[in-house]
Amino acid sequence: MAPVIQLDHVWKTYRTADVELHAVRDVSLRIERGEFVAIMGSSGSGKSTMMNILGCLDRPSQGHYFLDGQDVSTLDRDGLADIRNQKIGFVFQGFNLLTRTSAAENVELPMMYARQSLGTKEMRRRALEALEMVGLSQRADHHPNQLSGGQQQRVAIARALVNKPALLLADEPTGNLDTKTSVEIMEVFQTLNDQGITIVMVTHEHDISQYNKRCLVMRDGIVRSDAPVEGRLMASEQRKALASGGVL
Amino acid sequence: MTPLATFNLALRALQRNKMRSTLTMLGIVIGVGAVVAMVGIGNGAKSQVEAQIATLGQNVILIFPGSFATSGVQSGSGGAGTLKLEDAKAIEEEVPDVLAVSPGTRISSQLGYGNQNWATSVSGESPEYFEIRQWEIVAGAGFTEQDVRSAAKVAVIGATVERQLFGEEDAVGQIMRVRNVPFQVIGILKAKGTSVMGSDQDDVVIVPYTTVMKRLSGTTNLRMISVQCASEDRTAAVVQNITDLMRQRHRLGPDRENDFMVRSQQEIAEMATATSRVLRLLLGAIASVSLIVGGIGIMNIMLVSVTERTREIGIRIALGAHGADILSQFLIEAVTLSSLGGVLGILIGLGTSTLLSRFAGWPTLTSVDAIVVAFLFSAAVGVFFGLYPAKKAAALDPIDALRYE
Repeated sequence: MAPVIQLDHVWKTYRTADVELHAVRDVSLRIERGEFVAIMGSSGSGKSTMMNILGCLDRPSQGHYFLDGQDVSTLDRDGLADIRNQKIGFVFQGFNLLTRTSAAENVELPMMYARQSLGTKEMRRRALEALEMVGLSQRADHHPNQLSGGQQQRVAIARALVNKPALLLADEPTGNLDTKTSVEIMEVFQTLNDQGITIVMVTHEHDISQYNKRCLVMRDGIVRSDAPVEGRLMASEQRKALASGGVL
Repeated sequence: MTPLATFNLALRALQRNKMRSTLTMLGIVIGVGAVVAMVGIGNGAKSQVEAQIATLGQNVILIFPGSFATSGVQSGSGGAGTLKLEDAKAIEEEVPDVLAVSPGTRISSQLGYGNQNWATSVSGESPEYFEIRQWEIVAGAGFTEQDVRSAAKVAVIGATVERQLFGEEDAVGQIMRVRNVPFQVIGILKAKGTSVMGSDQDDVVIVPYTTVMKRLSGTTNLRMISVQCASEDRTAAVVQNITDLMRQRHRLGPDRENDFMVRSQQEIAEMATATSRVLRLLLGAIASVSLIVGGIGIMNIMLVSVTERTREIGIRIALGAHGADILSQFLIEAVTLSSLGGVLGILIGLGTSTLLSRFAGWPTLTSVDAIVVAFLFSAAVGVFFGLYPAKKAAALDPIDALRYE
């Protein structure tokens, strides 16, 4: 079986006037099915650019990117849109839910843009199923402003899962959340990963990376280290510790 | 995304900003309302003029003596005496495609019946005159060729004369006095109403032309010759032939101006409608300007909307929306705004023209065509002015759009 992500000598170069900026330099990488990978790095390390390329929001300047066995580095705008729709689930730092639109409708959004359109009933059924997976089925009709940050992020995760993507891509998913809620969200991710979903997340928080199975550290556009996480934290245990009055 | 889903999306986006949507629509409402009302008024005026011209008859050519005013100086009046009975006979006999000719002469006269008086004009015409002018006789009958030969003292009267002189009485068969000559009323004309020039066409007495010449005026000069032409497309040729014939009969050299004037019904119609056409163009132009202003309002609001919703657009593109999905979303929003404004504008325009015709007495005529065109035009305004903002939205880069605060 093909790896979920395979990068072959990928470069991303920005040209301004006469300066060339290499945001990503010659990165080669494989991420297999069922992995749970953190990409870490300070700002300017190239991790955001890396994220945009992995998320098919941007194309590499050089090299090849195979997502789920398909070379996506040559696709046009609409082709990339279809890949994002079918193969990738996005979770953003700012949740990026549509305001004044119910949780269920937010989750339905990726299905609305799928090339094979489903009936409204089927879309609603799948949306509720996805909300069930993140434990929010009772809040399907709530609007984002009626939900807490953690709940909004769960809606975003449900939205990311609804088209059954090959890859769940999270960009600082706990960046706007407090410690307790962050642990809860990481528990959701760990549970999903246990069910076999491949997850890649970008974070600059070392604590958060400890919930992952594998950790990449980027600096100046290259991967400086790539190692399994030792002493991996389990969110469910952390949550219990917090509930009993402990401090992490 | 299915078109229905896109439409739903657009409706919801518009509902979210009710006040803004309403105000934006208002521009189109006023524009379309103005177009519909103005076209209604313009058409009403036009059809009124056309109806008046139709009372002239069918394919009528009129020949007048003298020439009309040139550079403000009246050269030769209607009574110049250049038009003779023989001219009318010659036209009837020599010009092809002429169906009927009526030599017209006229005097002003006091009419009397019992103790009633009425001053009007008495026209002498041939029996064909009623046919030429398509003038129906609603009671009694017209006069005949025999009456013309014998210069009979018989008269056909218009509706106004009937009312003024006879009131409720049955006029047919009564004897009235014209310049103290007794005339028998043998027929009553159907009311025609006001002429293009604004005079009452029904204030008329028509008698055989010979009667006027021999018994009332004593002159054989004609005031007008009415000619009916075989068909509309022969009119120009007939006008030319009549002109040639008349110049020849009046012995006018190449350097002499016509001492008569030939006017076809089309020419009269064109003159009469020229003013109303200019008026309609002007009204239409004003209305179109307001429609364009309304369109610019839509464009303005859509541009604001695209900027405001940059993040939403970013989310949609990130989740797999094609450029076409975003484009149609915003385009449909603009078109919905403008067409909804169009529908409201049509209703308001119809209401306005109804009110105008009821309370101001203006003739208005609203055609289905005008309504359909107004609606399509308002939708087109939405497409035209919505396209640029929609394109701008569709071209957004998802990375930048997601980062937009």
